[in-house]
Amino acid sequence: MSFTDKDLATMESIIKRYPRSRSAIMPLLHYVQSLAGYVTNDGIELIAKLLELETAEVTAVSTFYTQYKRKPVGDYHVGVCTNTLCAVMGGDAIFAGLKEHLGIENDGVTTDGKVSLEHIECNAACDYAPVVMANWEFYDNQTVQSAKDLVDGMRAGNPPAPTRGPNTLGTWKEASAVLAGINDGKANEGLQAGTPTLLGLKLSKEGK
Amino acid sequence: MTKLAPVLSAHWDEKDSFTIEAYTRNGGYKASKKALAMDPDAVIQLVKDSGLRGRGGAGFPTGMKWGFIPQGDNKDHYLVVNADESEPGTCKDTPLLLANPHVLIEGCIIASHAIRAKHAFIYIRGEVTHVVRRLNQAIEDAYKAGHLGNGIELVLHVGAGAYICGEETALLDSLEGFRGQPRLRPPFPAIAGLYARPTVVNNVESIASVPAIIENGAEWYQAMGTEKSKGTTLYSLSGHVKNPGQFEAPLGITLREILELSGGIRAGHSLKFWTPGGSSTPLFTAQHLDVPLDYEGVSAAGSMLGTKALQIFDETTCVVRAVLRWTEFYKHESCGKCTPCREGTWWLVQILRDLENGKGTEADLAKLLDLCDNIMGRSFCALGDGATSPITSSIKYFREEYIAHLTLGACPFDPVASTLFEGAIK
Amino acid sequence: MTTMQEVEMISLVIDGFEVSVPKGTLVIRAAEKLGIQIPRFCDHPLLDPVGACRQCLVDIEINGRAFPKPQASCTIPVEPGMIVKTQLTSAVAEKAQRGVMELLLVNHPLDCPVCDKGGECPLQNQAMSNGQGETRFEGVKRTFQKPINISSQVLLDRERCVLCARCTRFSEQIASDPFITLNERGALQQVGIYENQPFESYFSGNAVQICPVGALTGASYRFRARPFDLVSTPSACEHCASGCDMRTDVRRGKTLRRLAGDDASVNEEWNCDKGRWAFKYVTALDRLTTPMVRNSDGVLVEASWPEALAVAAAGLSAHKSAVLVGGRATYEDAYGYSKFARIALGTNDIDFRARLSSDEEREFLAAHVVGSTTTYRDIDLADQVVLVAFEPEEESPIVFLRLNKAFRKRALKVKAIATKLSIGVEKLKGEFVKVAPGAEASALSSQTLTNKSLILVGERAAESAGLLSAVAALAQSSGAKIAWIPRRAGERGALEAGAIGNLLPGGRPVSDAAARVDIAAVWSTQSLPSENGKNSNEIIAAVHSGAIGALVVGGVDPLDNEASAQMLAALDKAFVVSLEIAPSAVTARANVILPVAAVTEKSGSFLNWEGRPRKFDAAVADTHNRSDLRILSMIADEMDRTISLATVTAAAKEIASLGRWDGAKSSLNKVSAATTPSLSPDQAIITSWRRLLDLGTLQAGEENLAATSRRTVAVISPKRADDLGIKDGDRLTISTQQGSVTLPALVEEIHDDAVWAPRNSRGSQLLSQLGVAHGAVVKVAKA
Repeated sequence: MSFTDKDLATMESIIKRYPRSRSAIMPLLHYVQSLAGYVTNDGIELIAKLLELETAEVTAVSTFYTQYKRKPVGDYHVGVCTNTLCAVMGGDAIFAGLKEHLGIENDGVTTDGKVSLEHIECNAACDYAPVVMANWEFYDNQTVQSAKDLVDGMRAGNPPAPTRGPNTLGTWKEASAVLAGINDGKANEGLQAGTPTLLGLKLSKEGK
Repeated sequence: MTKLAPVLSAHWDEKDSFTIEAYTRNGGYKASKKALAMDPDAVIQLVKDSGLRGRGGAGFPTGMKWGFIPQGDNKDHYLVVNADESEPGTCKDTPLLLANPHVLIEGCIIASHAIRAKHAFIYIRGEVTHVVRRLNQAIEDAYKAGHLGNGIELVLHVGAGAYICGEETALLDSLEGFRGQPRLRPPFPAIAGLYARPTVVNNVESIASVPAIIENGAEWYQAMGTEKSKGTTLYSLSGHVKNPGQFEAPLGITLREILELSGGIRAGHSLKFWTPGGSSTPLFTAQHLDVPLDYEGVSAAGSMLGTKALQIFDETTCVVRAVLRWTEFYKHESCGKCTPCREGTWWLVQILRDLENGKGTEADLAKLLDLCDNIMGRSFCALGDGATSPITSSIKYFREEYIAHLTLGACPFDPVASTLFEGAIK
Repeated sequence: MTTMQEVEMISLVIDGFEVSVPKGTLVIRAAEKLGIQIPRFCDHPLLDPVGACRQCLVDIEINGRAFPKPQASCTIPVEPGMIVKTQLTSAVAEKAQRGVMELLLVNHPLDCPVCDKGGECPLQNQAMSNGQGETRFEGVKRTFQKPINISSQVLLDRERCVLCARCTRFSEQIASDPFITLNERGALQQVGIYENQPFESYFSGNAVQICPVGALTGASYRFRARPFDLVSTPSACEHCASGCDMRTDVRRGKTLRRLAGDDASVNEEWNCDKGRWAFKYVTALDRLTTPMVRNSDGVLVEASWPEALAVAAAGLSAHKSAVLVGGRATYEDAYGYSKFARIALGTNDIDFRARLSSDEEREFLAAHVVGSTTTYRDIDLADQVVLVAFEPEEESPIVFLRLNKAFRKRALKVKAIATKLSIGVEKLKGEFVKVAPGAEASALSSQTLTNKSLILVGERAAESAGLLSAVAALAQSSGAKIAWIPRRAGERGALEAGAIGNLLPGGRPVSDAAARVDIAAVWSTQSLPSENGKNSNEIIAAVHSGAIGALVVGGVDPLDNEASAQMLAALDKAFVVSLEIAPSAVTARANVILPVAAVTEKSGSFLNWEGRPRKFDAAVADTHNRSDLRILSMIADEMDRTISLATVTAAAKEIASLGRWDGAKSSLNKVSAATTPSLSPDQAIITSWRRLLDLGTLQAGEENLAATSRRTVAVISPKRADDLGIKDGDRLTISTQQGSVTLPALVEEIHDDAVWAPRNSRGSQLLSQLGVAHGAVVKVAKA
């Protein structure tokens, strides 16, 4: 793919955030994913050029982190937490259910390119277990059925909103832009906190 | 009975709690104003006096860490906030940042002033899009309001999926644009951290605790908690409990107390094992319900306070399965740098998989423990040590259950029984 | 500087023995001093400590305070009061090491019987000494597709890799070529490249050599031998003037591989890929084996040695003769040519500079280079280094590594007075002082140096009139040191041996009567010719004028000269005695051909650019090939003008007995720079250098190596590219009256007036194709 002048300007602005340019490699990789959907060779070569690195050095970084994808994922990338706590409480069942429902394996993409599936590690929402992430937005307290409904919504083009996130679920590329530090204006959408987050505060106000 | 004490979480129930308006309305950015008028050394002293200790797991005194930064060295100093919350079971910083990102920003301003840093970074894990949004917006708003940009720059750096980046030197390498692998120490970050400059790396909760300490004074903070573990902290209760969630309480509260005030283990079930501070802290059982959850208390009982991630498992949970899964996690997250962790976790998983499937003999348990002994304290960083914790502690408390797998030739547990939606599958 | 300062010594106890070592020494090396070998894989004394493999764990206590867990001895500097217990005295350390060894072998294949490293493998050796006989691992090993080519020359078997990161650290820290990196994570971590950028570093072979397992192998040695079948001989590299210490491994009379030797003051433990892998020329070239004589019909026919020697002697006796000897002769051979010219031929008409050269250079060499004591150490100590007509990475790679070390360790300031920015200078973050070809002298004159500075000047300085005069003047005014760094391994030795018209051996000026007496005494001759001899161009001209009728030519490629046509004509005209290892343009024109030994077949020495002797023995014995020296001695005997140099030992002894000249040096007559020409829009000034890997004769026969050479391009500046309507990748034609080359264009940092192309690469052999290589006006056009 080719990069537009606007893309290049954005990349320059990302580099300028840091006292030393090499620090920008991670947001730039997120940004390449926001344009191409995954870390393309063009992206690696461009980042290497912009940061005056060898392409191998960019490759070394991009292959270390699991969020950087080597091949296209779906418009909606679904991560099912199967770390111990979520797994035990239903994550394993959800993951198995989605694989069967979508007819894909771990790291697979549906043939329509809409949904990809991955089992993920603990996503810091254990009080909402079992947890499913979609484009790294929270879908809390999932069941096998709710997860199937979620991916069905994705394939139909109307996925339900995240439980603690923006009003609508964006695409993988849109999420990647946010992770590259680009403000999509949706920070004020959604809950400030879910019920478990507030439980201690609530009990305290009840005198406990 | 210890009472809950919401400080960090005091305003989370306001719908707009994450906005700069709400934060200011509730007295936000007063502490930074106060601190900026103070001599930096006085700020450090105040934080030292408060007794605040690191909330990321190690419990190192925060003020002392700040005091290690060489002063008057004419070098750039950096503050780096570790928001790479990834330890299994840990879920405190994420809700904090969703509900109140400004308290962290204000904490960054105060800490940067104290350590004479002009540049601060927040390293946040990449798998939380909405938290990134909230923090980015908050930083933008803090710049607009003039809290940032007048001598202190703050940059949000988004990770990309690597547990190891929670290790502070791996985090620094990652922030510098390298693979997130731990660095040799010495030099310690206080001498040569980010870009080889003096750097303080603190956990989100530690830094977020600072504004209230400045505002209310060291004595106020000191008055909470136990002798050596001062103040309040977030306890994250999850798993087979009736009501999971965040409970901010003075250090030293017990699990029994938290369970009692929150509603206990899920109905009809009993506590089997739990982690006091994430999967890297050795498991506890029902016999540890009254252990004071402070740094010393948990340590004395053979584990670590860690991140105060209280993962609760009831009697429906197979401990071998639980430990296998955690071990798979460590294998997946091992950075690959050192032999014991890289090869050890690869091997541990294979042995545990066999054991969970009822294959092997009791001699394999001895081998497993010996292998843990060859990893623990032999690895480059604490990840390898952490990988052995669930294994050794589970064998200590549940050896019979391991043997039951071998006797039966299979796992004796029904995985459906431990789910929250029993009967809803298949 | 700090060289002479007292080194603070630290005392500590290791396994009950006290040892005192300099402050900063790592525990693992302090133990070595006591003869205690702590097993290790990632540790390498020339790489930054990493502590990754964890094999070297030991117990440490400092002033009664014990570390709670064993420490990696490769990362911990010694401290006073330290008590170290290694595997020999600590059960904890011993178990830790056994444990790590077992873990290293968990995923390591048991393919030692088919692995090239088998028999010389640190993993194999240490598994035997510090491991356990049986593994407890019963699971599934990690496997990878094997092997993968990470360059045409280097193969990677990932399943054998123990991830010590020596190779990747070498590439980054020593070569500044991070083309290989650790990729992926955890148990899947692996060495790799970016898929479109192979590991084409000039130094890649070092990564193979320091691999502690059989993960990295060189294509040319893979599956070729077992280490115990090899006979190893210490040797010196014949490829350039860096002077690498080497080891040559031979099986049944055939060189199978060459390794970098260990010489801390020269190449440390490194060498370049040319030195490592370009050795097949010895067998790949169509070697001359029998003397040949041109008969009365003008046809070359095989002859016996006595017959050929007689013809040679007769021809040389019948004419006024001169000597042309290439820059690849050993010190002793060069001395033989030098003495042969004076004694047998009675002339000073000898020149080792079989390349572009000048009289200014000859005077410069006599005034500033011969006897010079500047060394690598001066690079370590310099406050700044100026590169003049010299691209270290291409023309003397170990000099590059040393500069790079100083740059990485202490931010050495490097400045390049050059027409084009090179990759090497970029890696050194050097300041590029951009000049037009021919304008180097004035740019150099405006530099400010101190008496701690160092000027590294290359042989190409002779191609720019006035430049060497400017070097001398700058050194004079600033007190900076000069080092002259020729490309070829034999040039400094030839200079010291007097294989040049203005100097006798030991730096004695021909023009100095006392100097001549010195030499005449040792050579037992009445007198020596007192006139400075002709330089190589003058010798050629003299052949054409008839003043010279015969030539002794050894190791010269006539195509290495701008005046190659005149040279070839001269060879046609004169009576030529050729000493060569393989047929060349000289052979075709010679009257007598005398085959000589290749470097690996004889003993001797080179003097590297420092003037440091680099001795070597014959690696391949019993080839019956004779050194040049021996043959010259036989011709001289046949001429009845004996030079008494039957053996290398005899020559070395005689050289030693001569000693150095301690009288006045001759001086350099300042030469003014030429004015730079004005150019029409379709004209440019040519500039070029030879790349490390190119069509050099000594690289023959190693295709895998050749395939890693840099892309052949013609470089022009952005401005000129605009003028010509050319962009990257378009084809550009450079032409002269003699001919043209057409190459892909690369738009880069180069003087606007200049066009650069490699001097002797595939498709770009400038001297033969254009007849010019530097400073001449050429035509440029979009092809």
